[in-house]
Amino acid sequence: MKILFPFFAVIVLVLLAMIGVGGANLQSLFGVVVPYAAVLIFIIGIIYRVIKWAKSPVPFSIVTTCGQQKTLPWIKQNKLENPSTTLHVIGRMALEVLFFRSLFRNIKGELKDSSRFIYGSDKWLWLAGIAFHYSFLIVLLRHIRLFAEPTPSFLHLLETFDGFLQIGIPRLFMTGIILLAAVTFLFLRRVYIPQVRYISLQADYFPLFLIIGIATTGILMRYFLKTDVVAVKELTMGLVSFNPVIPKGIGVIFYIHLFLVSTLFAYFPFSKLVHMGGVFLSPTRNLTGNSREYRRINPWNYPVKVHTYEEYEEEFREKMKMAEIPVEKE
Amino acid sequence: MAKFTAKPADLLKINFKTPKTDWMDTPVEIREHMYCHPAKAKDLETVGFPNIHEWKPTDENWNLPENWKEIVLSGIKERLQKYRSFHVFMDICVRCGACADKCHFYLGTGDPKNMPVLRAELLRSVYRKYFTTGGKIFGKTAGARELTEDVLKELWYYYYQCTECRRCSVFCPYGIDQAEITMMGRELTNLLGLQLGWIAGPVANCYMKGNHLGLEPHTIKSNIEFMLDDIETITGIRINPTFNRKGAEILFVTPSGDLFGVPGVYTAMGYLMLFHELGLDYTWSTYASEGGNFGFFTSNEMAKRLNYKIYAEAKRLGVKWILGGECGHMWRVLHQYMDTWNGPADFLEVPKSPITGTVFENAKSLKMIHVIEFAADLIKHGKLKLDPSRNDHLRVTFHDSCNVARGMGMFEEPRYVIKNVCNHFYEMPENTIREKTFCCGSGTGLNASENMELRMRGGLPRANAVKYVRDHYGVNMLANICAIDRATLQASMDYWVPGTAVAGIHELLANALVMKGEKERTTDLRGEPLPQKSTEKEGAE
Repeated sequence: MKILFPFFAVIVLVLLAMIGVGGANLQSLFGVVVPYAAVLIFIIGIIYRVIKWAKSPVPFSIVTTCGQQKTLPWIKQNKLENPSTTLHVIGRMALEVLFFRSLFRNIKGELKDSSRFIYGSDKWLWLAGIAFHYSFLIVLLRHIRLFAEPTPSFLHLLETFDGFLQIGIPRLFMTGIILLAAVTFLFLRRVYIPQVRYISLQADYFPLFLIIGIATTGILMRYFLKTDVVAVKELTMGLVSFNPVIPKGIGVIFYIHLFLVSTLFAYFPFSKLVHMGGVFLSPTRNLTGNSREYRRINPWNYPVKVHTYEEYEEEFREKMKMAEIPVEKE
Repeated sequence: MAKFTAKPADLLKINFKTPKTDWMDTPVEIREHMYCHPAKAKDLETVGFPNIHEWKPTDENWNLPENWKEIVLSGIKERLQKYRSFHVFMDICVRCGACADKCHFYLGTGDPKNMPVLRAELLRSVYRKYFTTGGKIFGKTAGARELTEDVLKELWYYYYQCTECRRCSVFCPYGIDQAEITMMGRELTNLLGLQLGWIAGPVANCYMKGNHLGLEPHTIKSNIEFMLDDIETITGIRINPTFNRKGAEILFVTPSGDLFGVPGVYTAMGYLMLFHELGLDYTWSTYASEGGNFGFFTSNEMAKRLNYKIYAEAKRLGVKWILGGECGHMWRVLHQYMDTWNGPADFLEVPKSPITGTVFENAKSLKMIHVIEFAADLIKHGKLKLDPSRNDHLRVTFHDSCNVARGMGMFEEPRYVIKNVCNHFYEMPENTIREKTFCCGSGTGLNASENMELRMRGGLPRANAVKYVRDHYGVNMLANICAIDRATLQASMDYWVPGTAVAGIHELLANALVMKGEKERTTDLRGEPLPQKSTEKEGAE
């Protein structure tokens, strides 16, 4: 159920676009209204999310220290894993966001022969994660071609790099294939590792199916069910210039692709996909570990009821005197 | 409750298979030996905790206050607004599972709800139901569920099967820290009077008497006097420490666990001998006689209330700075919270070692340094005369305490000290030390005897790594810098790795410390014959 329901949800989305455009000719709904709405929801949703998080303060310095602290001068500090300056934090966050440092550390713990634990390196999740995110990024960047006239020059470079295998016409872009492979791996991992299957929610399968759908329709469109790219560009340029037009000759497959992308955009702020923004706000990673050196201020710090020394001495004065421990009042 | 009699071989039959039913449909089964007894009403009253009532974990009816659900939900709301960590961690988990096999409780029990991700989901599901639009509309399909009494029991059971060791956080791609979530979960149970005896007792003691063990001022002094007698027997030197002395340069604060029971007292003897040898102008305080903070396991507010006395006492006595003993969560609190709660400590000076002149700039605001930093600095400057061969009967490994490792990053200092006072030092496997260190399994107030199965299961990954160095290098001593470790690891070692003893580093340091005017030592601090002495003796015979 957990897997089937999200799977069929994506199938329904595909059918909606297929029937909506192919049967009911709702091109302007699926080509203009839905994408605009989706982008709007995405932007407002993300801003809303981030503002909501940012409104909660970070009262304490709760950085997770994964390396040697700053201490005596002859002990080497691990500046990236136990940052004590903003520069160190930027370095740590860069490693985290660009290279998934924490996930790279991953190890697998297993009980062998019912008696000893062994911990082996386990980088598959890191590899699939990084392949997925980077290929997704490059695929996304390649799409700028559809939204800019003339095409920015860095895109040519990117495309040359992406298609350097020179296979087929149009040239095969590796990132599309890597994206599909990585996302499929992430799905299979969820299904095949019992523990991961156990923790998975429908909300974990849905975006995977959605992205598989997006990548598949994209690949189909580029290599198999050729779409009129010139017409597509006319549509996308119309969208970015707020002067939408619906050109003739765009295949249904494009509208399916666009509808799935729109769904992803609209779904983004309400789902776990907001980890994209949240990773920057994680207090265990983005704080400095120098709270002994500089006092951290808690904005809602309030006075508390304490048991004072006077009250303490009041209770124990006689016993203290007997034990020859100095007291304030004789 | 029947006595815990399971043998190690029984506990090692760990079932890592996941249940057939979905976790939301698998009701919690509260098992004997896996939880601690409820708090005593009088302890909760002492500090004014709310909703005190009679209840038993195994009972069907927990006698919850009528508006318990409101209390929990408004408690969640308040904490979402106060802690960004909590708010962000509720939203951004992608359930990748990288944390799953990092938790010592999961590894030791195989219970999927002990995977940090799922332990967090227990609370996240409630959060989604009541605080997110998606959860309100889509319910279970969005991973949301109603807050029922069973859900509350499940939260209670599993949030007291987490020692807040933060190992999961090290591996999480977003740094999600189960300790933060557990702390919130425990604050919520605390609002309902669902506290543990082993937490509430020390909290009440600490509040009224100054320390967790409830040692009264004269008892502290007499406990230390017993140690002084032993030190005199071993070294021929009589030490005269002071208590609550105004005008001392340094206030020394250590967990009260060091003042009571074996092997903590040997560590305390180590401090006493080191400070005497240096001629340090310091004092103990009977009022601020606890560095540890069990309040940290109830609520942020309670932790602050207990921590208050350290600065207050430093001010009253007019010391220049504060020196802290070997402890785990104490240093998490001191490093990451104390100055924020009870600072600024502007009446103190930046700590400066009177022996070496080293100024501890890294503690210039907190005004408090760790005794291991202090000792490492002394050794580096050649201020101590050490004879490490006196520890030659010990083959030592070092256990990084979770909180010191992941809340401070103190890795080199303790190793530097050990290597200078012991000739035989062996590291445990690299994936089980430093920031990847395993918990003793009994932290955060879970060091009771009634939950021995939980403790042994939770301690298994740590013990397993010790077993590795015992089998490969003949290690027989597990050194550490945490009072809870010293109090609990011995039980775990006896169970899983018999023949391995547990010690604080200052015990080892004091063994090696050649003191001015000492008589020829024949035993270590435990009264065990010194290695070279016994061979000489054998030779003479």
